Amino acid sequence: MKSIALLALDAASARGVTYADARVVAIRNRSLSTKNGRVGHASESESLGIGVRVIADGAWGFAAAADLSRTAVEAGAARAVEIARASARVKREDVRLAAEPAAVAEWTTPYKIDPFTTSVEQNIDLLLKVDAEMSGVAGVTLSETGMNFQREESWFLSSEGADIHQTKYSTGGGYTAYAFAGSEIQKRSYPNSFGGQWQNRGYEQIEEMKLVENARRVAEESVALHRAEQCPEGAYTIILDGSQLGLQIHESIGHPIELDRVLGMEANFAGTSFLTLEKLGHLRYGSEIVNVVADARQEHGPGLGTFAYDDEGVAAQSTPIITNGRFTGYLSSRETAHAIGATRSGGTLRAEGWNRLPMIRMTNISILPGEKPLSLEQLIAATDDGIYMETNKSWSIDDKRYNFQFGCEIAWEIRRGKRVRMLKNPSYSGITTEFWNSMDAICSREEWTLWGTPNCGKGQPQQVVGTGHGASPARFRNIRVGSAYRGS
Amino acid sequence: MLTKEQAGDVFDRIRRFSSAEEVEAIFTSSRFALTRFANNTIHQNVEEENSVVSIRTNFAGRTARSTANQFDDESLRRAITASESLARVQAADPDLLPMPASDEAKAAGEGARATRFFDETAAITPAERAEVVRDMVSVAGKYKLTAAGIYSNADACEGIFNSRGLAKWHEQTLAEVSITMLGDDSSGWQKLNSPDVTKLDAAGLAETAAQKAIESARPREIAPGKYTVILEPSAALDIVGFMFWDYSGVAILDQRSFLNDRIGTQLFGENVNIWDDVAHPLQAGSPFDGEGMERQRVRLVENGVVKRVVYARATAEKMKKSEYAGKVGTIEATGHGFPLPNEAGEMPMNIVFGRPHKPESIEEMIASTERGVLVTRLWYIREVDPYEKIVTGMTRDGTFLVEKGKIQCGVRNFRFNQSLISMLSNVEAMGVPVRACGEESFDMVVPAMKVREFNFTEVTKF
Repeated sequence: MKSIALLALDAASARGVTYADARVVAIRNRSLSTKNGRVGHASESESLGIGVRVIADGAWGFAAAADLSRTAVEAGAARAVEIARASARVKREDVRLAAEPAAVAEWTTPYKIDPFTTSVEQNIDLLLKVDAEMSGVAGVTLSETGMNFQREESWFLSSEGADIHQTKYSTGGGYTAYAFAGSEIQKRSYPNSFGGQWQNRGYEQIEEMKLVENARRVAEESVALHRAEQCPEGAYTIILDGSQLGLQIHESIGHPIELDRVLGMEANFAGTSFLTLEKLGHLRYGSEIVNVVADARQEHGPGLGTFAYDDEGVAAQSTPIITNGRFTGYLSSRETAHAIGATRSGGTLRAEGWNRLPMIRMTNISILPGEKPLSLEQLIAATDDGIYMETNKSWSIDDKRYNFQFGCEIAWEIRRGKRVRMLKNPSYSGITTEFWNSMDAICSREEWTLWGTPNCGKGQPQQVVGTGHGASPARFRNIRVGSAYRGS
Repeated sequence: MLTKEQAGDVFDRIRRFSSAEEVEAIFTSSRFALTRFANNTIHQNVEEENSVVSIRTNFAGRTARSTANQFDDESLRRAITASESLARVQAADPDLLPMPASDEAKAAGEGARATRFFDETAAITPAERAEVVRDMVSVAGKYKLTAAGIYSNADACEGIFNSRGLAKWHEQTLAEVSITMLGDDSSGWQKLNSPDVTKLDAAGLAETAAQKAIESARPREIAPGKYTVILEPSAALDIVGFMFWDYSGVAILDQRSFLNDRIGTQLFGENVNIWDDVAHPLQAGSPFDGEGMERQRVRLVENGVVKRVVYARATAEKMKKSEYAGKVGTIEATGHGFPLPNEAGEMPMNIVFGRPHKPESIEEMIASTERGVLVTRLWYIREVDPYEKIVTGMTRDGTFLVEKGKIQCGVRNFRFNQSLISMLSNVEAMGVPVRACGEESFDMVVPAMKVREFNFTEVTKF
């Protein structure tokens, strides 16, 4: 594969480019699901190809092809150069890349069990056990489970001499129980909604999630929600579980700190950002206890944003994003680093596969846990009057990332430090900085989980990649609750 | 790009290599190019060529799929082995049907449709895309605005072959323009696509987007609440698109559809009529479904009454035997199935709204509005309540206050929480349905809509 990438670089260089890189990527995926006690789908896929990125006449060109024959690879590189020269017809200034040492490296996701060595029977048996637990609960009308593995092997070579071979594994799974009765559909998911919990690990990820052990409880909650009171509307103290806080971070911190959005490069689709450049180092993003990092390093944990090098050969880094409440960092690339006066990229450029142009993507955007020991139950016990919400059900935020609204699957009213009753259809909304400035407590490391969001979309053509979000449950004061159901 | 003959040769090898009782191969092959611009500069410019074969094997009620994008013997054998291994370990599914033979998959009128492949679209070069972008950026320069957007073209084919003799092939092109014009405190947006690039007027779209940015400058903040809204076709498409997953036999059987217990009732206003019709001249896409069945024209909603849903073959058989059989209207395979195996079953994806008796232009809708909001685009729409079909989202890129029959000014963007059932019961006027596209739902033939009591619950900062 390395020789194929070199062939592409040679072909591009012969056409007078000032920079070229080539990524050969081989992806294997297994996807299994069950529904109501039967296999829902069972599939495997393989995808192999090369993407060539060049700068010619000061502008970018990119061409990708699955055909790895010599003729096709050389033609693809020539096409990338032709495209770059076309780009140069509509440019204001030449592309500038921040300097980066040319890395020569090998890296593989640490894992205990290669998921592709596990048998399909074993995988399906586990899912069917979970399914049976849920289906056995009276009132459950639909049970769905799923499990996915991916292995992505890439060879990155650049005209500057980078030569990086990485193999990344990601593993995820989860399930949902639905209960339809009267005029309502309620659901509960575990360990998270919309695909479950994902990390860059092996099959041990599936084994450690206690999928079977939690299935009956989750299914019973989906039925119990029909007997619960509607979540009230008004201003409340709320506590969010770690998975919901992870998505809150994703939407109201992770996206607005993408420097390409800030610079207007995503204006037509994903949008821009309220975090304009003059706010760096000055904006009071959150309260004093809000500390957020963008950390792609293995030592942060096996998140979906963990790697050794990004897709333009920049080593994984940890960037302080919010420090004691103050806004301190963006996600950057070699092309955009100069916009914030940085001499080096923050190492966040990633592509969905061989056929997509790498772009700034969240790595692991994580809120650091509280330093003083504080469990979720202790946090609830320390809350006089509030609402505890768990597991995302809906999410939406405007195109500058100010106004958001989230719905959760389930909530409990808290009175005098105790959960007193279940509430259905909880939702909350607000303005990003007002929300983060209202945070007055966060649980400590024992409650912290590195959640995975496997379905983050961005770019044109759209690319879907996984991102990581470490979070522990946290408390927020005076939050608007319940407007999702107001007047509709 | 693959030809039907090349795909047929690959399928012959697949049949030889497979030991399954039945085998199916779905081919997709495309060349896709997209020029992206922002800050009045081309900043991303890409092209991709790929061909994929997705192989399904059947063994006595057991089925699975494996996909590859390399067609050498070794890659094909590996994909077949993966599919067969995944299938063999399963328990037999009593609802799984044999693959359709070519006779079963055929529909009346097959082959009579106009082409959706246009050489002019396929032949667009990177330099030609750059020139079109230059024209759009020059519109931004004329008004001292900043332009961002895309211009793309693709030629693609898809085909399906199975061991019972079915062999279908579809070729299509698509060109697309979308553009956002940004002012200091406002923006305007337009988007359109077509198989035939000569139907697109990129500079005209840029001009409209620019006018929206100019006219919405210095937006006022007005209080959220219930307003009469005029939804341009893209906005109407993006919000109503969230209900069509539910027009599916499987969704009814799974009890996850808002149509459970509601088919045959007057759910929407009498002025709402909806078909699924892949053959409509303004539609695009393949005439066959994931099993190779011809997509039928289906009347989903008649005068506000939901009449029926769509079915894959197996779903129709299952529905006929279910407790819902007498409550869901006509039950028959309609050619809307996804490739098997899957959980979702089927979905209508070539939606065509009926032309109203007295269509009104957007200008006429504005002129008859005492106080309301004109909406260009909706964004980040998500479902809040699956049975009342409440969805939330934001307005974006051109939101205007209408008073006394005229556009008065731009307004800060709203968050809405709106039941689609209520919305389609409150449509006061509609335009002539047009081909439209958005970012939240699939392309449709849909009119602009004037809707009373649209529920804005919050307002944002811009």
